[in-house]
Amino acid sequence: MIMSSSALILDANLDDPDRFYAALVESCRDLPPEEALAFSARLILLLANHVGDHAILAEALRLAAAGEPAA
Amino acid sequence: MGTYDYPRYAARPLAELKARSTSTADVAIVGGGMVGLTMALELARRGVGTVVLDEDDTVSHGSRAICQAQRTLEVWDRLGLAEPMMARGVTWNEGRVYHRDRELYSFNLRKDSRARFPAFINLQQYHVEATLAEAAHREPLIDLRWRNRVTAIDVAGEPLRLGVETPEGGYEMPARYVIAADGARSTIRRQLGLQFRGKVFEDHFLIADIVMDAPFPAERRFWFDPPFAPGQSALLHMQPDRVWRLDFQLGWNIDRDRELEPEAVRSRVRRMLGEDIAFELEWVSIYTFQCRRLDRFRHGRVLFVGDAAHQVSPFGARGGNSGVQDVDNLGWKLALVLDGRAPESLLDSYDAERVHAADENIGHSTRATEFITPKTDVSRIFRDATLELAGRLPFARAFVNSGRLSTATVLPADGPGNVGGSTVRSGVPVGAPCPNLPAISCDGAPGHLLGRLDGAGFVCLLFVNGRTTLSADDRRAFAALAGADIPVRTLIVDRAGGTADADHLPDPGGLLADAFGAEDGACWLVRPDQHVAARWPAFDPARVASALDRICGRSGAVNPRGA
Repeated sequence: MIMSSSALILDANLDDPDRFYAALVESCRDLPPEEALAFSARLILLLANHVGDHAILAEALRLAAAGEPAA
Repeated sequence: MGTYDYPRYAARPLAELKARSTSTADVAIVGGGMVGLTMALELARRGVGTVVLDEDDTVSHGSRAICQAQRTLEVWDRLGLAEPMMARGVTWNEGRVYHRDRELYSFNLRKDSRARFPAFINLQQYHVEATLAEAAHREPLIDLRWRNRVTAIDVAGEPLRLGVETPEGGYEMPARYVIAADGARSTIRRQLGLQFRGKVFEDHFLIADIVMDAPFPAERRFWFDPPFAPGQSALLHMQPDRVWRLDFQLGWNIDRDRELEPEAVRSRVRRMLGEDIAFELEWVSIYTFQCRRLDRFRHGRVLFVGDAAHQVSPFGARGGNSGVQDVDNLGWKLALVLDGRAPESLLDSYDAERVHAADENIGHSTRATEFITPKTDVSRIFRDATLELAGRLPFARAFVNSGRLSTATVLPADGPGNVGGSTVRSGVPVGAPCPNLPAISCDGAPGHLLGRLDGAGFVCLLFVNGRTTLSADDRRAFAALAGADIPVRTLIVDRAGGTADADHLPDPGGLLADAFGAEDGACWLVRPDQHVAARWPAFDPARVASALDRICGRSGAVNPRGA
């Protein structure tokens, strides 16, 4: 396994976050829930391949699954 | 029935079996199937006699494990049996994946086209076992006993004692070691009260071997959610003798008897192949599968191999092929222990290495099964998203899992059977089998590397650029290593070329050196099972000797140059 050279970025990292958020919502606004889920799945696969780092992806999976952080 | 006439092997008279069982056998192998027979032949090659006990009087019922992998062919080649298997089998390297009504992509499994053997041949298990049984019948060191059913094992004392039933009655058979090669429903495993751990999958699959003249090429074809079986999966393989393997997923809640009715099967086949293709049914079977293993494969002097030790789903051809790799690993170790050159603890490295391999196989097999038959609605959505992307974006094909097909396990470099040594970024890692690339034979004729290693003993591969770089001290060290009680033969791989003989392998152009990732002067220690055990940037006989002791479970290094 390739060692991670960097960690998952948790500071705001897009120069115009509103722009991406609006595009994301727009992309699946008219989709019924099951198709929206399929859209999300394709998006995740595309981005995971782009990230290409198991440690970063594992950290993202952990944070996405955790919900509220433990006290 | 069909295209194959099952041989019937004669059972020997009980009086003869009893007479032969008054003395203790070194090794009794329970089960004369693909793995048990390969085990007996491998041990015979190492001078170890075996008694093989098989409850039946013929070979595998049905084609069963048809995909024989490259590493399996390499092991059989040591036994002189790869050629007849190759001559009869269907060679294939490519797989093709379909989703619904379209082809997604194809892939080639042959990593190096220069390797002697293809990624796979398809050959029915009955052909494989018949070839192995004929060889075993010819081998004086193998006492192959058909219609000998083992019903009991007593492990309380030494030797071990097997209770054997024959058509004429029972007898007792003493043996120093017992190898359980008696399959998924292993009697030995039950007798010892050992449990499998792992997963049972709630799904049924139907195998239909059909005979037909078909225009399909020799490749593996896999369908996800095909129009002829919506929501399920299907698989197609070519076998010899105009036989084709069709494998249909059926689901969990099925009427087994109804699905097995010939007309139901024929109708399923016609939906897949079309109404106009003529075929006959050869063999039909419904199976379920498990991905599980024993906690340990060594229990004192009882050793478990193949399906008796571990089971996987069929996706990936990791059943029979992993059993043959068990044999590859166990044979030389047991031979060294039997003649007292290594302590019995060496057999623990069989356990450690093949448990590692079984976990790798179970992992691959479980992940393939999860992909092929998603367990939840959400996992199906991810699966379908992957397939949809794979049709248009090549990156996603790497996520598609219709079975990760069997390759040789790379054993843990820091495990008990290996030493490690210097790290090299590319090339052949410690723990991997040597690649079977073109290499000049002793007599100068074209050959392959594993033929030069021949799997009999330890070999030190020394990569040089010109033999004049070797000193008189080096030559003396080679002789000392070769003369030790566990001999290490040094094979000089010379980038500068030169003449071939038993000790010299000309490697003009450095094909082998480059494939190994070996610098000039580098030294690689290869085990009798052709796996790399250690590698060093330079030849040091003391290191080789101490590595050998560690690999063989012996303590205290011996310096072959003399103290």
